[in-house]
Amino acid sequence: MSVQPSDIEKIANLARIRIDEQAVPEVVDRLNDILAMVDKMQAVDTSEVEPMANPLDAHQRLRADTPTEIDQREQFQAIAPEAEQGLYLVPKVIE
Amino acid sequence: MEWETVIGLEVHVQLATQTKIFSGSSTAFGAEPNTQANAVDLAMPGTLPVLNEQALKNAIMFGLAINADINKKSVFDRKNYFYPDLPKGYQTTQMDEPIVGAGTVEIQLKNGSHKTIRIHHAHLEEDAGKSLHEGVLSGMGHGSSGIDLNRAGTPLIEIVSEPDIRSAEEAVEFAKKLHSIVTSLGISDGEMSQGSMRFDVNVSVRLKGEEEFGTRTETKNLNSFKFMEEAIELEVERQIDILEDGGEIIQETRLYNGDTKTARSMRSKEEANDYRYFPCPDLLPVVIDDSYIEELGNNLPELPDARQARFVESYGLSEYDAGILGGEATTASFFETVTEQCGDAKLAANWVMGELSAKLNNEEIGINHCPINAEQLGGLISRIKDNTISGKIAKTVFEAMWNGEGTADEIIEAKDLKQVSDTGALETMVDEVIANNTEQVENYRNADEGKRKKMLGFFVGQIMKASKGQANPGMINQILLKKLND
Repeated sequence: MSVQPSDIEKIANLARIRIDEQAVPEVVDRLNDILAMVDKMQAVDTSEVEPMANPLDAHQRLRADTPTEIDQREQFQAIAPEAEQGLYLVPKVIE
Repeated sequence: MEWETVIGLEVHVQLATQTKIFSGSSTAFGAEPNTQANAVDLAMPGTLPVLNEQALKNAIMFGLAINADINKKSVFDRKNYFYPDLPKGYQTTQMDEPIVGAGTVEIQLKNGSHKTIRIHHAHLEEDAGKSLHEGVLSGMGHGSSGIDLNRAGTPLIEIVSEPDIRSAEEAVEFAKKLHSIVTSLGISDGEMSQGSMRFDVNVSVRLKGEEEFGTRTETKNLNSFKFMEEAIELEVERQIDILEDGGEIIQETRLYNGDTKTARSMRSKEEANDYRYFPCPDLLPVVIDDSYIEELGNNLPELPDARQARFVESYGLSEYDAGILGGEATTASFFETVTEQCGDAKLAANWVMGELSAKLNNEEIGINHCPINAEQLGGLISRIKDNTISGKIAKTVFEAMWNGEGTADEIIEAKDLKQVSDTGALETMVDEVIANNTEQVENYRNADEGKRKKMLGFFVGQIMKASKGQANPGMINQILLKKLND
C-alpha cells in the first residue's frame, strides 16, 4: 500500500492541517516508508489474535449518574476569543 | 411501471439521564446557554471522559426490549469532523463493537396486519451542541454564529434499522413503536419538541420484483412523525419522477423543511465526509457480565406489546383500543388511573380516546401536560355512572374542568348541573310537553310500532331542552312511554 500526493492533500484537508505544496513530496515519501513497514508487519499471522482496542489490560470504569459540576461559564468565557449573551461566537456557519 | 419504496431508519434517542454521557454536567433542558458545559464538554486539554453508568444501563435495557444481542464487550470510537458545536473535533460514538447488536421490533399497521422490522444494531454516543444563527439572537448581526454547548455530551442511543420498511406508513408506525418502547422503559422522555427523538431516513425506490436496491438518499434530522412522513412521501415522488424521466438518483444527504414542505440537497457523496473512525484511546473497552445484563432484564418495566395484551385481557378492550391506550406509558397509566377511579374500563377508554384526546389534539398538547388529571376525569365518569349527570352534561363539566374550575363534584354543584331524577318533577315536565304538543301526540298515537320509536325522539328532545339537558334520559323514556301509551 502506498499514498499519492492527492491522498496527502485530502487527508490534510480533512484534518485541517496546512501542508505547503513543496513539502508534499517529502510527506509522501515518509508516509510510504511507514506504510512499507506496516506491510512487513502484515506478514505476521494474527488470525488467532483478538483485535485490541486499547493496550491497557483494564476495563472502562463507570460513573454514577449524579451531577457533580458547577457552572463555570464566566471563567471559560473569559478565555474564549469571543462570547456574547452567554454564547461562544464563531464565524458564521450555515450548511 | 410499479415502484417499490425501500426505507431504512436511523433514530437518535436522547437518554433521560441526570448527567452527560462522559461528564458530571447536568442535562436539564432549558438552562441558560453554556451554564451546563464543563471542562470535559468543552474539550479542555487534559480532561478525560468517564462513562455514565446509567447511559450504559439505558442502552442495555433498550437492547433487551427488542430481544437484541447485548455485547459484553463494547468499544467507543472517534468519528472525526470539524464543526463549531463539536469542541473536540470528533464525536465519541461506537462503530465496530456497539453495545446493542441485532434485534427486532414488531409493528402493527392500520389494516391490522403485523410486520417485523429488523434492527441492525444500536450504539451509544454523545450529542453535539447547538449553533444559533443570525436572526435568532438580537444584536448578533455581525456575521457570527453563537454556540451553546449545554447539549454537547448529552447521551444518545442511535438505533439503526435494516432496510425492511416499505412505506411512509410503516416508517411512522416503526418510529411510534420505538417511541413507545423507550418511553415505557423510562430511558427517554420522548419529548419530540425538545429534540429527544430525531430521525434520519434512507430512501430508495426500485421496480417491483427487482432484487437490487436503488440508489438511496438520506434525509436528516426530522423531529416529528408528521415531518418524517411528509419527507418520505416527497422524496419517493421525487425519485420516481427522476427515474421515469430516464434520469439517475444521486446519492446525497437532503434536508427537509417542514414549514415550506420542500427539501434540498445538503451534500453529495463526492463531498461526503470521510470520518476516519478509530478506537478512542481515552476510553477503555466497556466490559459487562451476564449477571449485570440479567439483573437489568429482570427489572424491565412492562413493554408496550405486553401492556396491549393485558389491556385486552383484563379490561376487555379491543386490540385496536388497547394498542392506542397501551402503546404509550403516560397514556396507559392515565387510562389505568381513570379506570381505577371510576370502575368502568369501557367508559374510561371512550373518554380518554374520545373527548380527552380530541381536546389534547386540538390544543396541541401532550397528555403529560393535560390540565385535567386522571383522578379528575375518573371522578367525572363516576358521576355519569351513578346518574348524577348525563353524558351530555358531562361534556359541559369536562370543559369547565379543562379550564381549571375544579373537580367534577365542585363543578356540578357550582353550576347546578345535577341530573333531575325525581319522578314527580320529571312527570310534570313530561305532562307539560304532552300538553303543548297535542298534534304530535295525536300523530304518535296513530302511528305503528316502528314509526313510534322514531317519533319518541321528538318528545325526549323537547323535555331535554326544557330541562337544559338535566333530565335523566332513562327515566324520561319510561315516563314518556307510559304516558303516551296510556
